[in-house]
Amino acid sequence: MDRDVAIRIEGLGKRYQLGEQRPLARLLRSLAGRATADTMWALRDVSFDVARGEAIGIIGRNGAGKSTLLKVLSRITEPTTGSATIHGRVASLLEVGTGFHPELTGRENMRMNAAILGMSRREFDARFDAIVEFSGVARFLDTPVKRYSSGMRVRLAFAVAAHLEPEILIVDEVLAVGDAEFQSRCLGKMSDVAGHGRTVLFVSHNLAALKALCTRAIWLDQGAVRACGAVSPVVDAYLADGHHRADAPVAERRDRSGNGELRFTRIALRAGKPPSENARPTTGAPLEISLGYSASHTAPLKNVRIAVLVLDSLGSRVIATDTRLMNADFAELPPAGEIVCEIPDLPLAAGRYQLNLWATVGDNVGDHLEDAAALVVEDGDVFGTGRTTLAEKHGPCVVRHAWRFEEGPDDDAIARAAAHRPGITR
Amino acid sequence: MRQAAGGSAQETTGKRRFRLNWKPPYADALRMPTAPSVPTLVIRPPSGWISLGLPELWRYRELVGFLALRDVRVRYKQSALGVAWAVLQPLLTLAVFSALFGALLGPNRLPSTPGTPYAVSTFCALVIWQLFARGMSAGSDSLIVNQALVTKVYFPRLAVPLAPVLAALVDFALAFGVLLGMLAWAGIAPGPAVLALPLLVLMTVATALGVSLWLAAVNALYRDVRLALPFLVQIWMLVTPVVYTTAHVLDGRSHWVSLVYSLNPMVGIVEGFRWTLLGGAQPPLSLLAGSALTTALVLVSGLVVFRRLECLFADQV
Repeated sequence: MDRDVAIRIEGLGKRYQLGEQRPLARLLRSLAGRATADTMWALRDVSFDVARGEAIGIIGRNGAGKSTLLKVLSRITEPTTGSATIHGRVASLLEVGTGFHPELTGRENMRMNAAILGMSRREFDARFDAIVEFSGVARFLDTPVKRYSSGMRVRLAFAVAAHLEPEILIVDEVLAVGDAEFQSRCLGKMSDVAGHGRTVLFVSHNLAALKALCTRAIWLDQGAVRACGAVSPVVDAYLADGHHRADAPVAERRDRSGNGELRFTRIALRAGKPPSENARPTTGAPLEISLGYSASHTAPLKNVRIAVLVLDSLGSRVIATDTRLMNADFAELPPAGEIVCEIPDLPLAAGRYQLNLWATVGDNVGDHLEDAAALVVEDGDVFGTGRTTLAEKHGPCVVRHAWRFEEGPDDDAIARAAAHRPGITR
Repeated sequence: MRQAAGGSAQETTGKRRFRLNWKPPYADALRMPTAPSVPTLVIRPPSGWISLGLPELWRYRELVGFLALRDVRVRYKQSALGVAWAVLQPLLTLAVFSALFGALLGPNRLPSTPGTPYAVSTFCALVIWQLFARGMSAGSDSLIVNQALVTKVYFPRLAVPLAPVLAALVDFALAFGVLLGMLAWAGIAPGPAVLALPLLVLMTVATALGVSLWLAAVNALYRDVRLALPFLVQIWMLVTPVVYTTAHVLDGRSHWVSLVYSLNPMVGIVEGFRWTLLGGAQPPLSLLAGSALTTALVLVSGLVVFRRLECLFADQV
């Protein structure tokens, strides 16, 4: 085998069993080591190599198999097919603060966490000061962690993980928590790790961080490798692909969750006045989101809450419409029909967005569907000035606004400001 | 048999085709300065037979220690009486059964070891029983309690039920101290039989672990175990000579009855434990032999079942 390969993955597959079957039959079958029928493949024939010292980013939508891949490589769960050969000590950080116990003090938890992540007591003692300094919670070391803020907890946990110094570091979406300053410190520490000839496998939805940190990217799509190569082109291809999934008819989508008491069957966007499916959604113009649904039973549905979440191309939430917010939950709905959400003037800048749909019946999630449809917004003359807004340039939201000048309450202050900055005059 | 890594079709996006073995140009310069011995690990689907993985468990002994320590530290946090509970529980159980049997049978007919006060004979049994009961119930629940750990990080899963069983030894040590005081008060000096005591403690730990392995594994998949557990512990205590002695239930019964009774591994252990401290005409050898046999059976089968179901824990716990 090539000495420069840190990880070689060949034909890796992972099958999950769906649904709860008769418990006893399942127990006997699992004791006998046999599989059952209702299955889905979270990973399918995944193969790639990771060179030693390489930082590789894994991207893909939710449910694409990223976390499953990391779990298999971290030996938390076993693959169904294929193999992965790993050269070097692996430390994986799938969650920040795994094994933290709220009753134990910061110091005790750090020790515990270090042991869990595979750091020996000697290594931990040697790095203790550095870890404490990195965490910035030195003053609270002997306070139970339950009194920590969530930010402090993350700092403490990442500080331990950052000092693991394994040959291979596997990191799941852990930077989503913590403040911006700490995030950048973590990224810095991770690129340190990558720069010292260590191998880093990194999953993130933060594509900017991924681009900064990684040299190569793997794009997973429905459990299979869709693309693999230098980071920028793969990320660009991934972003450009935004609409593919949304093209599948809502009724035929299988990557959904919920108990199915209510299922969305159709989504239609009607723009303009009067609303029409042929018109294009436009900034500042009316938009109706029409959701067809059907129930699993013929009985009427009680207490139905519907929400539509709008996300930008990077997956950040932009706006939400929710019956709960408007005190408009449906007390009773017939088993099939159409629900319409009216937005009088669409506050979104021109660009491409995705819609997530969500419905609860009573207290249970009936249907949850991510990326149910793409919402492509055209620029409109919102302000009546002929000037338009673009999502990439002005951010995703558009607000009507006005400007005016007002006489200051303190004329001296204006005079002082004028004295400092000769450019400003009254 | 090795395929070229990856099918070529999959790595193509649009017109672009990326090379798989792409390496940053500076990779060579930054390579680790000769890693002396880089361990190699091959991850494969689980195949028919499994090893028990005991050497690996040994490598993770530090983690087992930490987990056990955590259990000990956490158990009595934010409780007013704290660690005194380790001693209070057997003492209160003793008080309840003394009162109960005293009322039912009369103060002179309490079911104790001949020549020993009922309190001493029963407390002695309670101390070793609690080691088993606590180890077994904590061990059986361990995979669920440590769910976050099991689904997020790799380590030998055997460490999970093992740690709480070992943690129960701390409570045992405290209660044992009180027991020694009680023996001194009753004027009982243990004879040379006391040398067998560590062996009995080891057997108790082994039994608790064996039962824990079985129940923890099944518990991960079916929560029925969790619901049945308190009930199981209660019944098990009543079919073990804890608040009475074996002689009181077996005298005058057929061999078959005693044989079935001694299939409970805790019978021999509890009687053996009494014998090491309180003395007696002769060691309960046949009971102990039965215990040793069932303990070994439970432990080995528990290990096999646990390892067998292990691959499901992370996905289904």
